[in-house]
Formats: sequence, structure tokens, C-alpha cells
Amino acid sequence: MDMNIPYTAEARPDTGLTNGKLGIWLFLASEVMLFGALFSTYLILRVGSPVWPHGTLNVPLGTINTVLLISSSVTMVLAWAALKMNQFSRHRTYLIATVVLALLFLVNKFFEYREHLAHGTPPSASTFDAIYFTLTGLHGLHILGGVIVMVYFLGPGAALWRKNPEQFANRIEYTGLYWHFVDLVWIFLFPVLYLL
Amino acid sequence: MDNAAAIGTTAAHGHAHEHAHHELGFWRKYVFSLDHKVIGIQYTLTGLLFLFFGFVLMMIMRWQLAYPMSPVPIIGGLLGTANAPGGIMLPEFYNQLGAMHGTIMVFLGVVPLAVGGFGNFVMPLQIGAPDMAFPKLNMMSYWVYFVGGVTMLASFFVTGGAANSGWTSYAPLAVTALGNGQTMWLIGMVFLITSSLLGSVNFIVTIVQLRAPGLTWMRLPFFVWAQLVTAFLLLLAFPPLEAAGVLQLMDRVAGTSFFMPSGLVVGGERLEISGGGNPLLWQHLFWFLAHPEVYVLILPALGIVGEIIANNTRKPLWGYRALVYSVIFLGFMSFIVWAHHMFMTGMGTTISAFFQTTTMIISIPSVVILTALLLSLWGGSIRFSTPMHFALAFLPMFGIGGLTGLPLGLAPTDIHLHDTYYVIGHFHYVVAPGTIFALFAGIYYWFPKATGRMMNDLLGRIHFWGSFICINIVFMPMFIQGLGGMNRRLYDGGAQYAHNAELLHWNVVIGMAAWTLALFQLPFIYNFFTSIRNGKPADRNPWDATTLEWTAPSPPGHGNFETTPVVYRGAYEYSMPGAPKDFTPQTEPERR
Amino acid sequence: MHSNAAEVQQHIRTYAMIGGALLVATAITVAVSYVHLGTAGNITLALVIATIKASLVAAIFMHLNHEKAWIYGSLVLTAVFFAAVLLLPVLAGSNTFGTHAAPWAMPAAAADHAGH
Repeated sequence: MDMNIPYTAEARPDTGLTNGKLGIWLFLASEVMLFGALFSTYLILRVGSPVWPHGTLNVPLGTINTVLLISSSVTMVLAWAALKMNQFSRHRTYLIATVVLALLFLVNKFFEYREHLAHGTPPSASTFDAIYFTLTGLHGLHILGGVIVMVYFLGPGAALWRKNPEQFANRIEYTGLYWHFVDLVWIFLFPVLYLL
Repeated sequence: MDNAAAIGTTAAHGHAHEHAHHELGFWRKYVFSLDHKVIGIQYTLTGLLFLFFGFVLMMIMRWQLAYPMSPVPIIGGLLGTANAPGGIMLPEFYNQLGAMHGTIMVFLGVVPLAVGGFGNFVMPLQIGAPDMAFPKLNMMSYWVYFVGGVTMLASFFVTGGAANSGWTSYAPLAVTALGNGQTMWLIGMVFLITSSLLGSVNFIVTIVQLRAPGLTWMRLPFFVWAQLVTAFLLLLAFPPLEAAGVLQLMDRVAGTSFFMPSGLVVGGERLEISGGGNPLLWQHLFWFLAHPEVYVLILPALGIVGEIIANNTRKPLWGYRALVYSVIFLGFMSFIVWAHHMFMTGMGTTISAFFQTTTMIISIPSVVILTALLLSLWGGSIRFSTPMHFALAFLPMFGIGGLTGLPLGLAPTDIHLHDTYYVIGHFHYVVAPGTIFALFAGIYYWFPKATGRMMNDLLGRIHFWGSFICINIVFMPMFIQGLGGMNRRLYDGGAQYAHNAELLHWNVVIGMAAWTLALFQLPFIYNFFTSIRNGKPADRNPWDATTLEWTAPSPPGHGNFETTPVVYRGAYEYSMPGAPKDFTPQTEPERR
Repeated sequence: MHSNAAEVQQHIRTYAMIGGALLVATAITVAVSYVHLGTAGNITLALVIATIKASLVAAIFMHLNHEKAWIYGSLVLTAVFFAAVLLLPVLAGSNTFGTHAAPWAMPAAAADHAGH
């Protein structure tokens, strides 16, 4: 049943790309448009409103989360780099670290949401709360998605390392690209929502 | 046989193992196949079914418009008392039919057929690839589309019936719509959009990466260029609608006010919401997708027509480079014209001028493409095959559709024409005798490749002439009605307004033509299914065509080509001076 | 593309340093937000710092500093359309924001809006 699809592991000479590399970047391009629409929503709602809350979000918690996510980006790229240097167990260490940092981010998010809801400000309370929950919620779902993929590559997916190490390294690279993108979104989300 | 456990899970898991080629079971071969040809046929059959269903919805609507408040014959009793007590449809049901007709035709019918069906089946063959770049993703795209489609259909049966706020689902109407239909519409859209996004990644990577040796960019069939640009449109324009869909879901389900203004009173009661939202935001995010979407509707059609014209004039397409640059420019411009759907929303004159300008500019590549296709006929040795009938008719029909768009794209004239039947006439001309005719052309043309048999010509001619005549009678009067000021989406056909009095009789004419149009689809349906078994056997290249798909067997087997094709020449080397035949396949090496 | 283990080894230090730079930039972002530079000033500064951080992530972690033409091209195209979806809707409504013509403004509207 399997097809011999070329350029899954080695790059096509004229484009210099593997299929997966192009594929993940195109997917990220679509994600830029997805979050772009939400930032556009934020902009329209804020510009159109005579008042906009300031200082109602937990800045320390948000800052900690930013630190966690940036650190996880570092561990993610190191997880890939270890594979390129044939250090499989070091790769797993870094990948696990990435997952742990991501889960800590989500735990913080949980406390933050709980605090926000306890103040009587659910999404329906105002357009600020609505866009805050939606932007961070969608971002959080993306974090969760990334965690699931990483756990897969720590689990059954790791079998590919033995069979086709080059392709496995590529897949970790693509996962990393996705992860860095998620970090990148947060780099904008944090100041926009929490500080401005 | 292999030890695959549950159906489909093997397909979803890890990567391919290097099996020796073995026979797949029924489910893996025909239902959960990873083969782009099977998936393409799945999209085609499902798309045609939805097209038919959307057409049926319209035929019911046309009864109400032709004979307002009279019981719908034959099926009136089947509609249910909630929708049509005594067979007379309620306005709410009329609105459901309208909203779902549009949604189903655009998102479940035409695009899955044009992109999922034709794109999937033909494109990998035309580029000499063994399959798509990501076969599993391809299969997933189809099934996610299927789930979205089922969700949409199921919405007819929930409390309050299906969505009834237009296919455009404007806030605050759609947000406040009672029942679950609109919510299901939004959920269905999320599935459909996801399917499209996954598919578009696949298409772009396949075209960029899997072209056969020697198949350089300027040797690509125009159909492939059209699919490439279409894929970019889907990739970058759909996500904002996905975001908007989530926002509207939150407004409906979580009580947020993304699109809900302050102080809104519904049914005499002030809504208990925070307010502060912006209904125009929905329109912007919706049309950001929906405008490129109409180019998604037309581009594959232009591609199909290009292939068929070159093949049936026995000469190269005129202005290949112009076609390629135009389709790329068209795709780019399509992202920055969307607010021409919103001229009546009170935007400032500067921004209105911007969108009018971009809209006028976008007509240029459209005209270049249409002109190139028309000029391709000049000096040709025209073969009036059934596909060619539909492809030829497409040209003036698309011309009418395109030209009638011009007054809509200019704000001063749009003021009078917005939301009238003129708009309905305009876009149906482009999509119905436009795109759908091109899709019919493509079915007659590529049927032999997919099945190894030709469709019947006589039935094809009957299908063509009947459809061509009827479809013009359906849509041409709508320009008259629209210019007369008849608004769209009125369940009584506009009878409540005095200014429509002289225009109402056209609804009877249109209705008759629509029902006759339906009858003329029967020869096509019969032809399609019986030819699979009884059609005249076709060899690899029954049309004497030049592009790569015609070098593979009919139908192609596993992996498509016995050996990877090598390409030596452009896509349209018909009647080349000094060549032994009136066509030279792309795989034909240079003569010494 | 990185296929060379030795090349990758050299980049490890870079990754760690960029990581550190990002953390410093985060601290600056937070600190600066407490300094009042006027609304426009604060917004501009925050977005400039965020853009620098994002560029580092994109260029170094995502290897965009030596990617291929198809990737660059797709991203440039995306950037254009991102700008369109971000700015055109706001521009289209800009003549009504803060005025009574915008029915969705909070009813706390007096003549003077403390808007942005």
C-alpha cells in the first residue's frame, strides 16, 4: 500500500526542501493568518471602545509563563540539535524538558483563568475578557497540541529513530518549528494583553 | 493478509512499512484508501451528491417564489408541519433552504468537486507523480470534509431547523438565531475549513516537490497552475473565517459580544450581554475568506477549460505566459478586494475608493485569461466533442458573469444593485453556467482516464443543450428583476413590494426553467453510472492529448506510471511544424 | 539545511545565548511597561521589542536566516495578507470609532472619550 514518495527524507535539489519542511512552513503560514484575524479582532474591539481595562491581568504570572515558554523553545531546539549529533538520550532529555515546561505553562494558565473567573469576569463580561480568553485559550490549545505531538515522539513515534534516523530528526525539526511559532505568538500576546 | 487491527487506525498511525505488494481488503482499498485517485473519486461522488441536494433545495424554493403561499406539490407533505404546515412553507423554512442552498453548493459541492475531486485525481497524474506528497493527510482531508457535510445535513433535523441567516451568517441576526441550526453550521464550517487547510498544504507541496524530471514551471499544464494558486487562496484566506466561526460560536454559546453591539433589543427585550462588539467585524472576517473563495470556485474551472480547449483545437493555448502571470496576479489581488461586498456599511470614502480600485484592477487578469482562452480558438481545428461543448459555452457565460460584476464593484452603482436579484444573477452566471459547466466538461473529458470507458456522446449532447438553454432562462431574467429593485432573500418572491409587481411573473418563467434544468440532468446521471460498465472502452489516450496523465493506463494503477515519466517539452505541443502527428506528448524526446 | 553534526555543534552556544537574550528582553519589556511614555509610545516600544524577540526566534531557532526561496516567498506573501487583515478592517471603520455613529461603543459615551 505504501507509495515511494520522493523527498520525504532527502531534499529535492532545485528547491532545496524536503516535503515536510515545506509542509510545516505552509501550515505555519496559515496559523499566522488565524492569529492575525484574532489580533485584528482585538484591534477593532479596542479601538472602537471608549474604555479598555488596564492592569487587570496577572503580570507576574504572565511573565513567568513567558520565561517558561522561551526556555522551552531553547530546550526544543537543543532536542533537535542532539539528534543531529546522534545523541539520542540527550535528545530525549531535552524533549522531556520541553514537555515539562509546557505543562507548567498550562498549569499556570489554569490558575490564571480560575483567578480571572473568580473575579466575576468570564468571557461574557466584556469584550476585553472575551478576546483575552479566546486569544490565550486558542494559544493554550496550540500548546496542548504541541505537547501531544511531543509525547508521541517520546513514545511510539521514537521507533522511527531506529529505522530512519534522518527522517526522525526531520520530524523533530518540524515539531520544533511549530513550537517556536507557538512561542512567537506568545511573545506578542503577552505585552499586548497584559502590559498595554 | 496484513495484521491491521481496526479499520482506519493503520492508516492513521506511524509511517509505511516496506511491505511486499499485497492485496488490500475492501475497506483499505475503497473506503480508507491513501491513493489520490480513490480519494479524488470519493470527493467527486460526494461533491456531486451535495450539488444535487443543493439543487433540490433550490427547486423547492423556486416553487414558493413562483407560486407564493401555495402548497409544494409531491413532497409538500414530507417537509413536516414545523417547516411547511399543509405543504405551504413558512418564511423561516424558506430562509433555511436559502442559507443551506448557498452553503452546500459552495462548500460541499463545487469546491470539493473542483479541488478535492479534479485536483486530487488529475494533478498528480499531470505532474508525473506517484501520489500526493502526504497521502495520509489527503485521506484525512476527505473524511473531515465528510464529517462537516454530515453535520450540515444533520442541522436540518435539530431544534429550529438548519441555519437560516444566509450563507453569509451576518451578526447579530445569526448570533441571535433560535435553535441549534446556526451553531451546527458553525461547527460544520470548522470541519470544512480544516479539511481545506490540510488539503491545500498537500497540493502546494505536491506541485512544488513532486514534479517529474524535466517538468519545469513553464511546462506545467495551466490546470496545475490554477490548482496551485487556488491552494494558496485556501491556505491563507480560510483561517480568518475559522477564527470568526469560533468567535461567533462563542457569541452564541458562551454569551460573548464579539459581534454584538451594545443596547441590542430582540423581540422587545434588551439582550443581557456585555455589548461593545462590532457586527462589521464578522463581515470583514467572513468576506476576507469569501472573496478569495469565489476565485477558488473559478480558477480550477479556468484550468479545466484551458486543457480542453487546447486539446480540441489541436493547437497550443494562446498566451501561455500571460495566462500564468494573470492567474498568479489574480490570486494575489483576490485578497485585497473583499470590502466591495460591504460598500453599504458606512465605510469612509477613502477606504471605499481603495476597494473599488482594487476591484477594478482585478478585472484585468480575468479579462486577460478569458481573452487568451478565446484567442486560443482562432485558427484551431475545432473538434466538437462533448467536453468541448461545455468548455466553449463556458466562455461567454463567464464573460457575462464577469462583466455584470463591474457595476457591483463600483460603489455608486452598487448602491442600487446591492442585495437585489442582480447580484444573484451575476454570481450564478459565473458559478453555474460558468464553473459547473467547466466541471461537467472535466467529467466528460477525464472519465475515460478514471474508468477506462468513454461516456455516451448523444446523452452528453442532450445534457448540454438542455442545460445550456434552461440555465440561461433561469438566470438572465434575474438581471431584469434586480435592476427593477427586487430584493433577494424575500420568501414571497418580493410580492409585498409594489415596485416588484411588474417583475413577479419572471418567477414563474425562472421556476419552469429550473425544473426543466433538473430534468436535463437525468441523462447525465444515467450516462455517468451506466458508462462505468457499458461505455465504449478507452485506451490510454482517447483524446490524443499531450499532457502526462494520458501516458498512464486508463485507469492508472498503483503508483500511476510504470516508470517515472521524463518531460522534454511544454504542455500544449499540438500541430507542431514537422511533427509526425498533430500532437506531441510531453514525454516525447527531442528528435535528432 | 543542517545536515552536518559539526555545524550543529557550533550553533548550540548560539541557541543558548539567544535564549538568554530573549529572557533579558522579556525583563525589559515588563520594566518598560511601567514607564509612562504616552499610549502611542508604550505601544510602539512594546511592539518593537516584541518584534526583535520574534525575529530572533524566527531567524535563529527556526533557521530562517538561511532558508530556501519557497519558504521566504510564502512568508512574505503571508506577511502582506496578515497586514491586510489586521489593518484594513480598522481603517474601514475608522471614521466612526469614538463617535456616536458607532452604535457598538459603550453607552458610557460622553463628549470626551478616553479612547485610543
